Formats: sequence, C-alpha cells, structure tokens
Amino acid sequence: MNQEVKKEEVPQQEAGEVTTIYREFETWTVNMGDKTIHAKRMSGFFRTFKDRAQLALWLPFFLFPYVRWNGKQAILFDIDHRQFHFFNLTVLPQDIWMLSLILLVAAMTLFAVTSVASRVWCGYFCFQTAWTDWFTWIEEKIEGNPTARRKLETAPWDADKIKKKGLKHMAWAALALLTGISFSIWFVDAFDYWNSLIHLQLPLVGWVTLFAFFAGTYILAGLLREQTCIWLCPYARIQAVMSDAQTIMPTYDYTRGEPRGKIRRGAEVVAPQGDCIDCFQCVQVCPTGVDIRNGQQLGCITCGLCIDACDSIMDKIGKPQGLIRYASLDELDGKPAKKMYQHPRTLVYIGIITLALGGIVWGLTHLGSMTLKIMHERQPLYVSMSDGSIQNKYDFKLLNKTDKDFQVKVTAEGGIKDQIIIGAEHEPVIHHGRGTSFTIFVKAPGKFANKDVTPIQFRVESVNDPMVFAEYTSQFYAPKK
Amino acid sequence: MSDKHNAGDVPTTGHVWDDDLGDYINQPPKWWMLGLTASAIWVVVYWIFYPSIPLSNGGSFFPGVGGWTAIKEMEADKSVVDEVRGKYEAKLKDMTPAAILADGDLTEYVTRSGKVLFGDNCAACHGQNGVGTKDKQGLFAPILNDDDWLFGGKIDDIHTTIVGGRQGMMMAHKDMLSPEEVDTLANAVAAGTPTATPLFTDKGCVACHGADGKGMQAMGSANLTDSVWRFDSSVEGIKYTINNGVNAGTPETRVAVMPAFQGAKLSDAEIKKLAVYVYKFGGGQADAQVAPAAQ
Repeated sequence: MNQEVKKEEVPQQEAGEVTTIYREFETWTVNMGDKTIHAKRMSGFFRTFKDRAQLALWLPFFLFPYVRWNGKQAILFDIDHRQFHFFNLTVLPQDIWMLSLILLVAAMTLFAVTSVASRVWCGYFCFQTAWTDWFTWIEEKIEGNPTARRKLETAPWDADKIKKKGLKHMAWAALALLTGISFSIWFVDAFDYWNSLIHLQLPLVGWVTLFAFFAGTYILAGLLREQTCIWLCPYARIQAVMSDAQTIMPTYDYTRGEPRGKIRRGAEVVAPQGDCIDCFQCVQVCPTGVDIRNGQQLGCITCGLCIDACDSIMDKIGKPQGLIRYASLDELDGKPAKKMYQHPRTLVYIGIITLALGGIVWGLTHLGSMTLKIMHERQPLYVSMSDGSIQNKYDFKLLNKTDKDFQVKVTAEGGIKDQIIIGAEHEPVIHHGRGTSFTIFVKAPGKFANKDVTPIQFRVESVNDPMVFAEYTSQFYAPKK
Repeated sequence: MSDKHNAGDVPTTGHVWDDDLGDYINQPPKWWMLGLTASAIWVVVYWIFYPSIPLSNGGSFFPGVGGWTAIKEMEADKSVVDEVRGKYEAKLKDMTPAAILADGDLTEYVTRSGKVLFGDNCAACHGQNGVGTKDKQGLFAPILNDDDWLFGGKIDDIHTTIVGGRQGMMMAHKDMLSPEEVDTLANAVAAGTPTATPLFTDKGCVACHGADGKGMQAMGSANLTDSVWRFDSSVEGIKYTINNGVNAGTPETRVAVMPAFQGAKLSDAEIKKLAVYVYKFGGGQADAQVAPAAQ
C-alpha cells in the first residue's frame, strides 16, 4: 500500500472497522517532544480572536486582586481565616457546597461547548495554551522568526546565542514569577503580600506556593508546551469523547482539497487537482505541530490558526476561502445539519447547568445570618426530677455569619404543655465568624409528657433584630408509659 | 526522560522463545535507576537515624543516632494539646468553683474536656454522664443529672462532696419496730406522704428525715416526699431499707459510700473541674434561685 492511497482513504474511514482503525494507525506520527515546535505566527481572524479571548479571561487573573471594596480586598479566598470574600458577600466553610455547584457548572459548560464546537476552551482560553502563546511570543520577539529560531538552536554557543537565550529565559522567568505572585494574592491580601515579598518575609507556605507556580509556569509553558496538552492533560482526552459527527471543529475539506499537489505555473493540467496546493502553511502555524489534513486528532486544540493560514493562501491563489474551516463531519459528508433539539446530549448538559446555577442562586440568596444545630443529649435521654417533671438536655451550636456579635433568646414551639426552657435566661452572646455553643434544658411536667418522643421546634433569634434567627427541630424524650 | 532505543539497535540475551520472542538487554531508564539508588541511600540513612538493629543481649537494640522514641513523639504530640489547654488551666487554677461556673468560656472548656476526668474517676459508680448505676438493691450510686441532692446541689456542696467523700447512715430498725409498724411506715413512704402516719414522729424518723419528711442536707438524709429514690422504691424495698438501715454495719445493710478524692486521687484543679462538670449535668442548684424563663 503506498502513501498516496492511504492519505486519500483515511478521512473516509467508517468508524468501528478494525482494519481501518489500524490503517489510520500507520499514518500516525506521535509527537514525543523530540523536536521543539516553532510555529509561525500569521495574522487573521482566529489569531485576533485567540489574542483577545486569552487576555479577556486572564488579565483579570493578574489585576482583580488589587481591586478594593470597602477598604478590603474585593475578592479574597482567605484560607487562613476560612472565609471567602466576594465584594459584600462573605462565604463561610459551611456554605462551601456551593463551590461544588460552581465546579459542576464549569465542567458542564466545558462539556456543552465541546459537544457543539469542540475544544473551544483548549484553543482560546486554557491557561496552558494562553501562557504557551505568550511564552512563544516572547521567544519570537527575542530570537526572531521560526527559521531564525531553528538556526539558533543548531548554532554554536557564541556570545550572540548566549545573549539571546539568556534574555529569553529571563523574560520567561519574569512572567512565571508574576504568575506565581498573581496566583498567591487571590488567597492573601495583595498589598500585604507584596510588602512581605519585597522584605523577603513570606511564610514558608507562601514561598512554596510561589515557587511551585513559578516553576510550574516556567516548565509547562516554556519547556513542555504542547507536550502538556498531548501527554499530561486529562481534559484533552475527555473532550475527545464529547464531540460527535455534528460537532463543528477546524476541518480540512478533503472533498475539495484532494488530490493535493503543487501548482506549476503555466504547466498543462494533466490530472484532476484539488484546491490543496500542499504548501504546508497549515502545519507550520500549528502550535501543537499537527497536520490538520489528517483529520480530527488528539493533538489538535482547535485554535483555528490553520484556518487563518489556509485562507490567506487561498486568497493568493485566487480560490475561495474555507478549504480548512469550522465544519462538522456530517457537513463534509453532505448530510443535513441537525437541529438543536436533535442534539440531546447538549440539551442534557444545558439542563444540568441550569439546575446547578439555580442551586447557586438559591444558595447565595439563602445564606442567612445564623445557622443552628441542636444535638439532643444521648445519655441520659431524659432525667426524672424530684418534683416528678422530666428534663431533657440539648447542646446548641450556633454560627454567626454576620460581622457583629449579638445576644440571642431561645424559644420553642411544640414539645410538652407547660414546659420551661432553662439555660438561656442571660441571653448568651453569639460571637461572629466562629461557632458558639451552649446547653439548654427543657423541663416539663411528667403528667403531660405522655409520649416517649415529642417533636420540639427551637427558635433562636437575635435580641435586637428578630429577622436574624434560626430554627431547628429536635425531640423531647420522656419515659415510656 | 525516556532513553529511547529502536528495536533493532539493542542486542538480545540470545534466548529465543516460541520461535521469535527475544529478550532485549536494555538498561532500565535513567530516572528509574536514580530512584532505586536514592531509595537505597534513604534506607541506609533511615537505618542509622532510627532505632533499627536488634542486639543479642536481652531485648536491647541500636537506638539510632536521631534519638527518636515513640514516647518522645507521644510527649511532643501531648505538648501541643497541653498548649491549647494551658491557658484555661492556668486561669482556673486559682479560681473558686463558683467563679469558674460564672465564666462562660471556662465552663465551656470544663464541660468539653471534663469527660475523660469524669470517665476515669466517677463513671465507675455514677455511670457515663452521671446516669447512675444500679445493682439488685436499686441504685448503686446516685444519678447526678437530676435536681435531688442528698448533700446539696450548689456548686460548693458538690465540691465539698468530691473533696471529702460522703457516707450515708441509717440505723437498722428491725429490732426496734414490729413488722406491722415497718409495714405501715413503708406504705406511707411509698405513697410519698411519710408524715401521714404518727409512727413517723413517734418512732424517731423525724430526727433525721425532718418534721416534713424532706430530709436534712447536713446529714444527707433522703427526702421521702419527692419522686427520686436512692434505693428500691417498692414497698418491699422500703421495708428492707427500714429494717436493715444504710451502712449499719451488718452484712444485709444497704451500702452508700463515696470515697474522698482530695489528695492522692485528684489534684485541686481536677476536683474543681469535676464539680463544675457535675453541676452542668443539669441538676446543679444556683446559689440565688434564678427564676427560669417561662416559654
């Protein structure tokens, strides 16, 4: 079997046929990182989109921590004090279940977008591709275009090479350091952090975090680059199973492009020729070094840069744009595009997103000012008192989520007739930002305690503000009659 | 990280299985060899640093140059706990039990940390959480959760009880009273109205149990009118108590003894903590009666 035949047949394979799977396998080139990929930067629609998308998502990462709100950092994940500040909102660990919903929304958004338009996250937003893009941009500014870079790699270590390489690595290190600092200041006050950093007085955990993110950025974005996407990143693999024949992604239109071949000016056209002139521009601009003409593949992060490259070539040779374009497999096969409601997987993803968002909104609007947990004493369940009454003991645990201490009073509904509540006469102080606990006794006449278990609903409310309250239903135990 | 070789470049061991299976003599990867060497060095260092080599002379061993022992590690862990407790312990050392009770934070500390102290010293007789223990004579040791106290339920009374211990006393009356009299008295007591029979006064019960039958705290005599019972509350049980007394020196008598805890058994601070802990079970009586908040 010769090479030409393979290239033609690969895109037309029928999924699930063992022989075609192995046939495709023969044409695979596995990028093991033996050679550094020096991708060419070409302007175009997707280049501009990628630049702006990366900045839009990640500039706030660098800048947001400096935003102040009421004299405090606007967004602060205060791990030391186990509090999360978001403008006026303070979330305590008890409400952290919302974080799981936020993560669910993020995951489902990734799934939904991937099922519609393939790896949009990877191509335009992911920190790995964004930082890699910035690192290679620095590289290009210092070492020159890809040709110059390849030449420099094989050049002997003279003064020029040392200067260029040294400058590049210093610039990389600076960006990596800034990344580490920017990450850290989401968790501690930004200005305090800079102050401690300049005076070299960070705590050990601060140094370790800074170093981990400095080294991580430097190694992943500077040295490993696309190897991270291909060999380290789990999402790259997961997302592959989310796209199907209706998913649009940068695709080489083989029906139009094949058989490919160079244009010979003035030559007789002896054989039918496709639009692809085999100029390799699409391969040269690819940041992960794949050949998009081999079809959908793991290495492709769907950044669309090959579309820009191909379109510019098509313009030059006077052919219509779109030999490589966002298209689905169905579209190439001439099948009609399905309607949205015929794409149930996407609808399920969107449904889950809606539910999770609803949960987050509910959670944020029902944060409350106080939580109450009551534990009934387990041993003894009840005590017979000398006057024949029955006494139960309860352990109250309260969490004050406001930013002030306040006193509370305790009342109860249900329970036993003529019961009295003992233990909160002095209206205990509930400290803000931490748990407070106290013991409450309920004493009721034995003659009215006819059931062995009677529900009793406690209400704890602030002395000053009856809107600050919490309720909890517990039980009143009495001897079996 | 991998040391890649193409299949043809590396010689095999020369041994061929099943016609075409050979065994390459590839080196293990460098990172793997480094890991192996580092592990071996780690083992040697560990071996020298920590107790390791058993010696022949009777259970002895090489203690290691690091001086590590399990006891030291336990002590170090304990010092972390002691540091947290230290500030409370230092504070309550010089305070009276009543003052500890008045301090919300200290009371909280005592009720949270007193469980072990109570479990080690008190629970054997009084039961976990002071629920009392029973034997065939009724209660073996009193319930500490209720509001009935033979020797007083104020914080200082409880403290005195733990410091000095207590001993109940009641004479055996079987030689002084006729069975009919015992029967009459027992029935009156079981009904909660001991003074209903003139025998209560005539036979001297009032001397200890008081004219109203409610007992006397100074003697530790029981209140016979309430619904909490020290011993068996049936008529037969009450008759047994009247006949054989409490700590009356006979083999049949009821026994009610609490040992003193001051001195060898517990420190002053521990006794104070236990007094507060027991008080907070729910039966402790305030010095000045605070009217409980009605619902």
